[in-house]
Amino acid sequence: MSSESIIWLIPLPPLLAFFLIVLFTNKSKVLSHSVAIGAAALSWLGGMVVFFRAVGVEHFGKEVFHSSINWIPTGDTWLKIGVLIDPLSAVTLFFVAWTVLMIFIYSVGYQNFGQPKGDHDQPGLPPHGATVEDEHGHKHMVPSIEPMYSRFFAFIGLFAFGMYTLVVSDNLLTMFVGWEIMGLCSYLLIGFWYGKPSARNAAIKAFMTTRIGDVFMLLGISFMYWATGTLSFQEIFTEHTLSVLASTATPIFGLSAAGLIGLLLFIGTVGKSAQWPLHIWLPDAMEGPTPVSAMIHAATMVSAGVYAAIRMFPLITADFTGHGLTTTMSIIAFTGAFTAIFAATIAVAQNDIKRVLAYSTISQLGFMIAALGIGAYVAAIFHLITHAFFKALLFLGSGSVIHGMEHGVLHTGDHSVDPQDMFNMGGLRKKMPITFWTFLIGGLALSGFPVLTAGFWSKDEILADAFAHGHMAVFITLAVAAFLTAFYTMRQITLTFFGNPRTKSAEHAQETHWTMTMPLVILSVFAIGFGWFGIPEEFPLLGGLIPNWLHEFVGGTLAEHPEVLEFNILPLLTSLTVALGGLLTGWLVYRNVKSAEEDKLQFKVLKNKYYFDEIYDFLFVKPAYWFSETFAYKFLDQTIIDGFLNRVGGVAAGIGHSFRQYFDAPVVNGFGDLVGEGAKKIGKIMAPIIQRGRIQYYMLASLVVAIIVAVLYYFLLV
Amino acid sequence: MSIPLSWYLILSAALFSIGLFGVLARKNAVAILLGIELMLNAVNINLVAFWRYGTGSIAGQVFAIIVFAVAAAEVAVGLALIISVYRRRSTVIADDLDLLKW
Repeated sequence: MSSESIIWLIPLPPLLAFFLIVLFTNKSKVLSHSVAIGAAALSWLGGMVVFFRAVGVEHFGKEVFHSSINWIPTGDTWLKIGVLIDPLSAVTLFFVAWTVLMIFIYSVGYQNFGQPKGDHDQPGLPPHGATVEDEHGHKHMVPSIEPMYSRFFAFIGLFAFGMYTLVVSDNLLTMFVGWEIMGLCSYLLIGFWYGKPSARNAAIKAFMTTRIGDVFMLLGISFMYWATGTLSFQEIFTEHTLSVLASTATPIFGLSAAGLIGLLLFIGTVGKSAQWPLHIWLPDAMEGPTPVSAMIHAATMVSAGVYAAIRMFPLITADFTGHGLTTTMSIIAFTGAFTAIFAATIAVAQNDIKRVLAYSTISQLGFMIAALGIGAYVAAIFHLITHAFFKALLFLGSGSVIHGMEHGVLHTGDHSVDPQDMFNMGGLRKKMPITFWTFLIGGLALSGFPVLTAGFWSKDEILADAFAHGHMAVFITLAVAAFLTAFYTMRQITLTFFGNPRTKSAEHAQETHWTMTMPLVILSVFAIGFGWFGIPEEFPLLGGLIPNWLHEFVGGTLAEHPEVLEFNILPLLTSLTVALGGLLTGWLVYRNVKSAEEDKLQFKVLKNKYYFDEIYDFLFVKPAYWFSETFAYKFLDQTIIDGFLNRVGGVAAGIGHSFRQYFDAPVVNGFGDLVGEGAKKIGKIMAPIIQRGRIQYYMLASLVVAIIVAVLYYFLLV
Repeated sequence: MSIPLSWYLILSAALFSIGLFGVLARKNAVAILLGIELMLNAVNINLVAFWRYGTGSIAGQVFAIIVFAVAAAEVAVGLALIISVYRRRSTVIADDLDLLKW
C-alpha cells in the first residue's frame, strides 16, 4: 500500500472503535477494550510503517508524503482536505502512536479490569472497592471495576482520532477540527466521574479556558484565509506567500500579517498547551482518571498545542532577519520562559502527586515555547518528543502509585488517607519496584540527569540554543526553571519512594497489574533511548558516536536547514549543574521530612498558585456571573425584553377584550342568537299547526302555494 | 276538424279538477289513488290533443305513452302500499294515518 493511503487510514481505527463501542459493544467490557486497543494498535502499526518509510527517504524534507482531495467548494476554488507527513509530523506521529497505545493498554489495568463489581459503585463516581471472601471465610476489600468501563474506552478512542487527525492534516482547517475534537474529549474525560462536583467544575474550566485560545486561533485561521486564500501548509509555507505576508502591514501593534496570524494562532497554543495566563485549567484537569491525565498532558492535547506552534514556525519567523527577535517571537519567548519558571515554583509546593506533574508539564511546555520563540526549532521538537515520552511515563507511574496506595487504603479500611498525597506515601520503592524504577527513570529524564536520559539532551539543546544566540534573559530563566524542575522532581521521588512508609496504607501498597507496568517499562526505554538520536555532533566524547539524526531529519522540514550550533562549554556546565544540583538539594531537603508541616517550602502564595484562580474568579468569573444575573437576566431580559413583550401582549389582550365585550358579544352573537332563537320559536309555534300528519292537508297546502306562485308569476312577470 | 282544441282542453281541465277534488276530499286511500289516476289521464288528454293540433312533432304521443306506463306502475305500487297499511293498521282512511305529525 502506498504511504499516502496508509496515512489516510491512520486516524480511522480509533474513530471506528468509538462508534463500535458506543453502538454495539458497550455491554461487554472485554469486547470494548479489545476493540479500542485493537484500533490503537492498528493506528500504531500504520504510524510505524509511515515513520520508518519516511526515515528511509533521503532528503525527506523535500519529498514529503502528501495527498489531498477537494472538500468544500468556495466559489471558483476548493478548500482541500488532505494528509501530509513531513519530518515534523513523522516524528510527532512516532511518539503519539507509542504513547497512545501504551495509555490504552494501561487503562485496562487502571480501570480495574478483572476485578469484581463494586459493592455500591455508581456510574459517574470512582469505584469504591468490593468485598470478597477468601477460602478461609475472611472478608477483604479489593479494588472494584470502573462502572463506566466501556464509555471510557469509547472516549479515549475518539480522543486518539482527534490527535491523529491533527497530526496528519495538511491544512489548518482539518487540524483545527482535530484540535476541537480533542477539546471536546478532554471535557468529557476530565468530567468522566461526573458525580464529583470538582470533576464537573474542572471539565467546564478546561473547556472554557481552552475555548478562549480556540477563538483566537479561529480568528488567525480566518485571517490567514483572507490574506492568502488558502489554508494548506504547503501553499502557505512557500517563500512567495511568506514574504507577501511578512510585508503586509496590519493596524495592530504594527505587526506584519505574518506576525499577527502567528500571534493569533499562538494564543490557541497558549490555551491548549496551558501556558500562562491560560494555564489554570490543567492542574484541575487532574480530576480525570490518570490515563486521561497522561493522554491530555503528555501524549496528545498539550503536545498538540506545541505541535501547532512548531508547525507555524515558518510563519512566525517570516519577518525574522536574524538580528533581534520580532514582536511575535518576543511575546512567544517571554510567555514560554515566564511559564517555565512560574509553573516550576508552584510545583515545588504541591503535595498531590499528580498536581506536581501537572505544573511540571506546564513548565516543560514553557521550555518548548520559549525555545520556539528564540528560533530554536529543532530543540523545541526534540524536547516535545522526549517530554511526551517521559511525562507520559511519569503520569502513568503516578497512576500506578495511586493505584497501589488505593489498594493499601482498601486493605486498611482507613478512608481518611488521601492516596494522592505524597506525604501519605514513603518507602514505596520496596512495595512497588517496577513502578519505582520506571518512575525514577522518568523523573531523572524530567530533571535532565546528565548523559543517560533523553531529557538531558533535549533540555541541554534548548539552553545551548538560547545561550548561543545571546538570549541571556531566556537562558537564565530557563536555567533556574531547570534547577527547580530537578528539585521538585527529586522531592517527589524522595517523598514517594524513599524513607519509610508514613501511613499504614503505604505499608500495604502493592505493585500493580502487568497491564499497567508493561507500558511503564516500554515508555522508560524511550525516556532514556530517544535522547541518543539528538546528541550534538561536537559534544565531547559522545558527539558523533551516534549521528545527530534528529537534527538532520527534522531540520529538513524548514526551507533553510538550521545551522549546527557551535559547541560551548558554558551552557553544558549550566545544565549539568542545575540538574545535579537540583536533584541533590531535593534529596537533602526532603529525605528526613515526615509530614507536610515540616516542609519549609510550602509558602502560602505557592500553595495557592499565586492566587491565579482567585484573581480570575474576581476579574472574570464574578463579573460574568454579575453580568449574566443582574444585567443580562434581571435588567435586559426581565425588564426590557420581557417588559416590552408583556406590554405588547397586554395591549393586544386589552383590545381583544374590549372587542369581545362591546362588539362580539352584543352584536355578532346577539344577531346569531336572534336568528337561531327566532327560528326555534317560530318552529315551536307553527309545528303543531302545520305538521299534523294528514296527507291531504299537505296536498292542499301545496296546491294553495302552487296557485299563489302561479298567480304571482302571471301577474308580476308576464 | 269540427271540434276545436279548446273543447279538449276544457274536458281535460274538468277531468283534472274532478281528480284533484277526489284526492283532496276523499277519506279513503283507494279513492285518493283513483283521483290521482283521473289527474294523470286528464294530462294525457291534454298531451294527445296538443299533438293532434300541433305542428307534427310526435313528442306528445310518446309522452302520453310514458305517462301510461308510469301510471300503471304507480297504481301497482300504490295499491300494494294500501294493502300493506291495511294489514298493519286495519284501516285505509287517510286521516287516521297521521304518523308523520309533529
